[in-house]
Amino acid sequence: MKLEMKDSPGQLVAALKPISDVGGNIIAVIHHHDPASSSHTLNVQIVLALPEGRLDKLVALLKEQGVHIQRIGKERLLYKRTVILIGHLMHTDLSDTVDQIDSTGFAEVCEISMSMPAINERSTSRVTIKATNRADMDAALAVLRQVAQKKSLLLIEPLGEIA
Amino acid sequence: MKAVLIGLGSVGRGVGEMIAAKKPGITITGIADSKSGCICNEGIDIESVLENKRRTGACGDLAISAMDVIKNADYDVLIEVTPTNALTGEPALGYIRAALAKKKHIVTSNKGPIALAYKELSALAKKKGVALRYEATVGGAIPIMHTLEDGLNGNEIVAIYGVLNGTCNYILTRMAAEGLTYEQALMEAREMGYAEADPTYDVKGIDAAIKLVILANTIWGDGTKLADVDLTGIDLLTPEALRLAEEGDCTIRLIAEAIPAQKILRVSPRLIEKSHPLVVEGTLNALTLETDMAKEITLIGKGAGSIETASAIIGDILYIRDHYGKRA
Repeated sequence: MKLEMKDSPGQLVAALKPISDVGGNIIAVIHHHDPASSSHTLNVQIVLALPEGRLDKLVALLKEQGVHIQRIGKERLLYKRTVILIGHLMHTDLSDTVDQIDSTGFAEVCEISMSMPAINERSTSRVTIKATNRADMDAALAVLRQVAQKKSLLLIEPLGEIA
Repeated sequence: MKAVLIGLGSVGRGVGEMIAAKKPGITITGIADSKSGCICNEGIDIESVLENKRRTGACGDLAISAMDVIKNADYDVLIEVTPTNALTGEPALGYIRAALAKKKHIVTSNKGPIALAYKELSALAKKKGVALRYEATVGGAIPIMHTLEDGLNGNEIVAIYGVLNGTCNYILTRMAAEGLTYEQALMEAREMGYAEADPTYDVKGIDAAIKLVILANTIWGDGTKLADVDLTGIDLLTPEALRLAEEGDCTIRLIAEAIPAQKILRVSPRLIEKSHPLVVEGTLNALTLETDMAKEITLIGKGAGSIETASAIIGDILYIRDHYGKRA
């Protein structure tokens, strides 16, 4: 997110504190101090990872500190799950299987490892899916469950939250 | 405390041997197998009956049936350990009904009647003022029911996850450890005596599903039936699946899972971290209970075996003795 705050001592620290208060993790802080600026404000870009659903709280806390939020960047896909698919994966159009996830718009396949022991035998693949949050991940897995059933693939889902 | 023992297979023999050896204060007044029976209200010499069974194949008088023993012997507890029939529950179901009608406590290792007719049997037992106990039906020696009713008393059980079939767990353990195919691991399980000649019941997940149904009915009294369980077996797994799982520090286990709030009731092979407490080796069983106060509790132990199952049966009998008092 990109923040704008008063250029006075202690302001940056005050702006960073709410992030840890809501359980966030700061990945990078980019500090623009423009000596030519006449507005006596400081522009800061912060890259951070937040637990789900805490963003609204953080925004409210920052506002209380008198920090102006210029922009909140797009949330990246941070939620990962790995599944195993067994069956005639190529014959049932693997790229279509992947596309069914990717085309949801809220989840995507980010990694595939595949093992094909012999022609005409069932192959096995490990597929990792990324989504923005748990609800989207559950929805993506529901899509995959349907596709697997339609294509007679055995889908092995993770127990709990395995990335 | 007087009891009759119906069924002299592996479990029945184990119960008989342990009662004879450990003398826990249980007098056996009747014994029956599938073709014969004997009654002695002063107490049967169990060892000689077991010896008779070994020598002749029958435990007693061919003219005395199991039902005769149940109806005519003098006893407080029916120990019902005949083989499970998952479709009808018989003949055990009839035995249990007959004993309940006579106001006798029931201790059984038989999954059929409990999975099929839990509501009816538990209501009948309550009406007659007797106990219906079945610790041995799920997880062999692991004291699951005791934990639920005593140790976790007052807790709300939110979800359960279990490894409830030793045959599947053995096969998966061997596929992961040695890179065996499913067929090779199954053959090995047969040689070790862990799998039946017809392994369908185990490898298709049916046995685990029946145990899940018993647990769900016990915990939530929701009238769950076998047909409600979403079922996937392990028979289509490839060695590559276990290898790919391994690369991510995971493995595959057949997990029985019930989460009523999410309407989840299923048995399926699952990807699971190797460090997860449910990842047990060989024929072991494990069960995680997720509760509101205690949070997660995982129990691990022997899921089958003659003496191991006898442990659960004898535990149930002594529980009845301690909670219902001795009756004349």
